[in-house]
Amino acid sequence: MKLFQEHSMMKSNQEVNQGYIHSTESFGTVDGPGIRFVVFFQGCPMRCQYCHNPDTWEMGKGRKMTVEEIMSAYEKNTTFYRNGGITATGGEPLMQLPFLTRLFKEAKSRGIHTCLDTSGIVYRKERAEEFAELFKYVDLVLLDIKHSLAQGHVKLTGQDQKPVIAFADALEAAGIPMVIRHVAVPGITDKEEELTALGHLIGKYKNLKGLDVLPYHTMGVKKYEALGLSYPLEGTNSMTKEDAKKAREIVIKALKEVR
Amino acid sequence: MRQEWTDFTGGIWEKEINVRDFIQKNYTPYEGDDSFLTDATEATKELWAQVMDLTKQEQEKGGVLDMDTKIISTITSHGPGYLNKDKEKIVGFQTDKPFKRSLQPYGGIRMAVKACEDNGYHVDPEIVEFFTKHRKTHNEGVFDAYTPEMRACRSSHIITGLPDAYGRGRIIGDYRRVALYGVDRLIEEKQHQKDTTRTIMYSDVTRQREELSEQIKALKELRELGNIYGCDISRPAQNVQEAIQWLYFGYLAAIKEQNGAAMSLGRTSTFVDIYAERDLKNGTFTEEQIQEFVDHFIMKLRLVKFARTPEYNALFSGDPTWVTESIGGMGIDGRPLVTKMSFRYLHTLQNLGTAPEPNLTVLWSTRLPESFKRFCAKTSIASSSIQYENDDLMRVTHGDDYAIACCVSSMRIGKEMQFFGARANLAKCLLYAINGGVDEVSKKQVGPEYRPITSEYLDYDEVMKKFHDMMKWLARVYVNTLNIIHYMHDKYCYERVQMALHDKKVTRWFATGIAGLSVVADSLSAIKYAKVKTVRDENGIVVDYEVEGDFPKYGNDDDRVDNIAYDIVHDFMSYVKGNHTYRGGIPTTSILTITSNVVYGKATGSTPDGRKAGEAFAPGANPMHRRDTKGAVASLSSVSKLPFKDAQDGISNTFSIIPGALGKDDAVFFGDIEFELEPDCACCEPNLGGEEE
Repeated sequence: MKLFQEHSMMKSNQEVNQGYIHSTESFGTVDGPGIRFVVFFQGCPMRCQYCHNPDTWEMGKGRKMTVEEIMSAYEKNTTFYRNGGITATGGEPLMQLPFLTRLFKEAKSRGIHTCLDTSGIVYRKERAEEFAELFKYVDLVLLDIKHSLAQGHVKLTGQDQKPVIAFADALEAAGIPMVIRHVAVPGITDKEEELTALGHLIGKYKNLKGLDVLPYHTMGVKKYEALGLSYPLEGTNSMTKEDAKKAREIVIKALKEVR
Repeated sequence: MRQEWTDFTGGIWEKEINVRDFIQKNYTPYEGDDSFLTDATEATKELWAQVMDLTKQEQEKGGVLDMDTKIISTITSHGPGYLNKDKEKIVGFQTDKPFKRSLQPYGGIRMAVKACEDNGYHVDPEIVEFFTKHRKTHNEGVFDAYTPEMRACRSSHIITGLPDAYGRGRIIGDYRRVALYGVDRLIEEKQHQKDTTRTIMYSDVTRQREELSEQIKALKELRELGNIYGCDISRPAQNVQEAIQWLYFGYLAAIKEQNGAAMSLGRTSTFVDIYAERDLKNGTFTEEQIQEFVDHFIMKLRLVKFARTPEYNALFSGDPTWVTESIGGMGIDGRPLVTKMSFRYLHTLQNLGTAPEPNLTVLWSTRLPESFKRFCAKTSIASSSIQYENDDLMRVTHGDDYAIACCVSSMRIGKEMQFFGARANLAKCLLYAINGGVDEVSKKQVGPEYRPITSEYLDYDEVMKKFHDMMKWLARVYVNTLNIIHYMHDKYCYERVQMALHDKKVTRWFATGIAGLSVVADSLSAIKYAKVKTVRDENGIVVDYEVEGDFPKYGNDDDRVDNIAYDIVHDFMSYVKGNHTYRGGIPTTSILTITSNVVYGKATGSTPDGRKAGEAFAPGANPMHRRDTKGAVASLSSVSKLPFKDAQDGISNTFSIIPGALGKDDAVFFGDIEFELEPDCACCEPNLGGEEE
């Protein structure tokens, strides 16, 4: 919690010309529609046990990039992105809200489809105006709901769930299409109770456009080793595609009950 | 109009040999989906099971099931061969039985003998004697004419893979002509061509008259080949089964006489579809029957086999035949050249299962019908067996009736042919520039004795200057080597039936090739942007390099190095163009060693980019392994900057990606634009919304 507070307000009112970027990927196909230019923001307040990008956690690291630098990397290959666009992910892009807003504003001014992949954890009502400004330039949000139950959320991510809900409410109010993502981890987020709660939670949103239930995988293990970190989910097996599909069906069933 | 052409729209194609005109006037573009396709018939399944069994036997025998050692393969050398005569709807094998490899000594008797010996067979001694004492082969002719310099370049592998001991291939006969016109009409036409040659007997006129005579003889034999299988192909085909069979006989004649490095088929699907549409309309055949003909045809193409040596197979990483068939593309009038037959051809990958041959190649345009694109993607996902090429790029120079030979060489069918030229190893050329023409592996003086670089650290300008001089030398010796090769191939191993299915006046592309492009680009980038220290042996020859610092690497969409790659291609091509080429061939180059990059790398010492001696090159125009770190688009983008105008024979990029990186499941791959409008299309489940089930 402390970590988050230190950084969330960081630079919020000042002009931000540069963002801290972990890396860019020129061929993203799983983070939004079409082929996308994916910008991995550096820094995240969450410590999700299954995180497969622990190298994007720490704030203030990474490569400093300007909006113009990112846009010109994008513009070089626009033909590829005709049916795609830009996706901001991370890390947690909302940790660098002013910079993200500038980036998306610029992208929209050039007619580029923008997609934000976030956990929503940074959202605060006190900053509603700032978020409203961002929302003007966002076409689609991929909202990761890590855990549908309050206690489980804290245990899994080290953070409170409330801001995530508040963020989803704000998206709905702003009419921004939202796709929910949920990683099904065996023994943690694949139980019927949890999945049903997720369905009930998200079913009421009018801006809900899709649901992705992603099977947990262990591809992040090597990164933990490289960073000298111990892997929190040591011993947890990957989930099969089929099981993820089943989990998704449970969510959908619950979702229909409240729709 | 001839009775076989009833219901076709007439045109200039009736008066002259003009398949394209026939297609344009008669084909029916298809913009629907794949729902009309039918499954394999019982007969197809049975035949394919038989093939699988023979394949198993072949593998158990070490790769070759049977070889001809006595009969020299010609168009009519063998009686008919069948898998199961009663079940096969399309017939014809290279010899008198399936899986038996034919004996083709005209390219070189030594290669033919070795191919047999290596597989435990022995060519009849009388044949060996005949082709050593009495009849010269292409291979012998070439070596009679080679200079010592050419031999040195060959054995040090600065030019490699030359078609001097095997068939050059890469020539595509317009096999459709056999179906549309029948052989008699084609003979008439060739006779007319012969009667109207120039009349003063310069050597080129004499040669032309001799070649036309050979072509006419080949066509007569082709007619006889039809008779062997009980088909009268002197007349045009009258239905779709005949159309496929007739054109297959044309192709079969070619592979009975030529063991070429690539024996490609052309662009037949849309042509054949015209017959299928007519038959469907008249009720001659059902969709299921037509698919069966196609399945059996493709089955035959999968069974094309040649006698080859283990070395040959090592060079090409396998036993490829490159039976490339080009599918789809757009017409210059804006109509897609996609027909139902395009679907049927690709559908064989489902009906017969996946296979590398024939090399089904989709000529891709952004304007292809959406349903066809989806079908291609679906079939690719299921089979991993479709090759894609950029029709929008090639149509500009080759029109809308070209086809691909081998993997990327485009040519107008029946109007253009290619002299295949293997490749020059530019990575080694760079090392020669540094070492003053001394080969870094053999330590022999192979190139010209230019002054070597003597400094400890390499200076970019100095290296570039010397590299240019060395490229100029290499281009000269390379082109001249090819001049000899093609002269001798025309003389001793002439592709008479393939050329009989060409116009009288043929455009000849003089193909060259480049290997090691990304190695050179990265090496020069390292010299320019980092520091490269030379490591010398006791004689001062540079044998290794130490790179200090980082440098831009080709494959990351970084203009600093991508421009170097561009310049190398352009400059080398300029030097190639500065040479005389055999028979008025138009020089072109390719960057496409997609298989032999391993062999080339093996023969090349350490390079200034940090690549160690013997390590493989990247295939084709690919960035070096693991040096492209910015994702696929950045990598592709570097490749796409290479000048196609200088490398019209093709630029290839081998691209592999794990399925998961293309989307979470089959449906997401299609990347719908309406993603955010359609509920739940992030996954493939329909209808998340409450109002639906």
